[in-house]
Amino acid sequence: MNKDRRKVLKAGAGLGLLSALMAVGMISPQQAQAAIGRGAFDAKTIDDVYKALGVAAPTASDQVVINASDIAENGAVVPIGIRSNLPNTQAIALLVERNPNPLAAHYDLTDMAVADITMRVKMGQTSNVVALVMADGKFFSATKEIKITLGGCGG
Amino acid sequence: MMRTKMRLLAGVALCLGLAATQAGAEGKPSDEISKYREMLADGNPADLVELRGEELWKTARGPKKASLEKCDLGLGPGVVDGAYAQLPRYFKDSGKVMDAESRLVHCMITLQGFTKEEAIKQWFSKPGKDSDIEALVTFIGARSNGKPIHVPHKDPKEAAMYKTGEYIFYRRSGPQDFSCATCHTSNGMRIRLQELGNLTTREGAGTAMKSFPAYRVSQGSVWTMQHRLIDCIRQARWPEPEYLSDAVIALEVYLQGNASGTVMETPGIKR
Amino acid sequence: MGNPMKIRATLNGDTTDIKILMRHDMETGQRKDAAGALVPAWYIQSVVVSVAGKTVINAGWGQAVSKDPYLALKVKGANKGDPVSVTWTDNKNDTRTDETTIA
Repeated sequence: MNKDRRKVLKAGAGLGLLSALMAVGMISPQQAQAAIGRGAFDAKTIDDVYKALGVAAPTASDQVVINASDIAENGAVVPIGIRSNLPNTQAIALLVERNPNPLAAHYDLTDMAVADITMRVKMGQTSNVVALVMADGKFFSATKEIKITLGGCGG
Repeated sequence: MMRTKMRLLAGVALCLGLAATQAGAEGKPSDEISKYREMLADGNPADLVELRGEELWKTARGPKKASLEKCDLGLGPGVVDGAYAQLPRYFKDSGKVMDAESRLVHCMITLQGFTKEEAIKQWFSKPGKDSDIEALVTFIGARSNGKPIHVPHKDPKEAAMYKTGEYIFYRRSGPQDFSCATCHTSNGMRIRLQELGNLTTREGAGTAMKSFPAYRVSQGSVWTMQHRLIDCIRQARWPEPEYLSDAVIALEVYLQGNASGTVMETPGIKR
Repeated sequence: MGNPMKIRATLNGDTTDIKILMRHDMETGQRKDAAGALVPAWYIQSVVVSVAGKTVINAGWGQAVSKDPYLALKVKGANKGDPVSVTWTDNKNDTRTDETTIA
């Protein structure tokens, strides 16, 4: 999250690359700003994702709400909504514990954004999903198990 | 036959038993599946396919460099609105009962100059290769939304196709001695957690027919009714019919006939 | 270039609902083709949503986001007629921007 961005900025090489990409117009300044290290997406466990994002163990919070069905008929498309009722929510991330790379998506929010995002992700199997939220510089989370079923003929 | 059915039912019972014990304090499986489907329905990727279909419809293509805008889908040249809901129907110019897909291919041949082989080469999408036919049918289907399905099969040729469709529906065949009717003639049946519609009733047939073409999450693409039926037949372990074959069109006449009166709502979205 | 997105943006009270559908295969790099060869990863890595020229959300995505991605978000303080712009960029540096206005 933001801490990670600082890490990227500290790393001279990283900054150089981003600037170079910006200079040739391959990425916009906005995108460069958003770049949390891609390393977090390569991490293979939730702990490693947290490490890559510079997150210490987040606090479980009932102010972080996962909106998803307990059962998904198809793991290829699992709709998941994350809402944070915490003041000054700055970032939201979705992790799928048993996917090969748990980090599915990461969102930096500006003041205009309401902390309420819905997306669809692939899940290889029944798994816990974790909503990670950064609010006022601190980390909070919520966890929910989503079961993946195999359907019949498909309607 | 009996053994197969019992094995199937035992499997279903096992599934449900398991689900019931695991569910515990959480929502009922059927409620949770409804919630899953509702969340999917808001934002159907097939809407993008429909837009592509509309572009294709208007674009001059083929050896004759013509668009499909003069295609007669049964309500006169160029009339797309409401046409899908009234197909299949008998066409004098071809002397055949045609469904949306065979009629579309007819137009691609006659108006645009494609050979049949070229027109149907990619009749369904493969990863990385989108099907033009799927996109066009999605567009045509969506232009019947809000219109009731109306396939009265009064013309003698249509009536004969309805009879043939009904015959195929009830015909037991293949290594499992299966028919469509084995799974689709009673209410409240299901396979695993999925309901099986009673396709002999307006409600059952209507629920199925009003939602096709439909986006299939499993394949990440739109399935047309031809695709759906050909795959049903494959799943029943019968030899697969050819794309656009009369056997499939006959089943469509039978099902659209039973579904008549149901308001179209496409593209659907399925697991 | 990519295919067009479908963006819906509607004002409800003081919040604007933005719903975005993108056309992308989102290959994970783990799927095998008919010949048994791995299909290389090809997926959207970043999505930027802005309203009236101001960035609202900056997203980083992994391979787990579903094919034909869907993203819904809410925005405060926007007005009817404000332009909404969405840009995605994938790991092959293909990029696409589409726009709409708030209804």
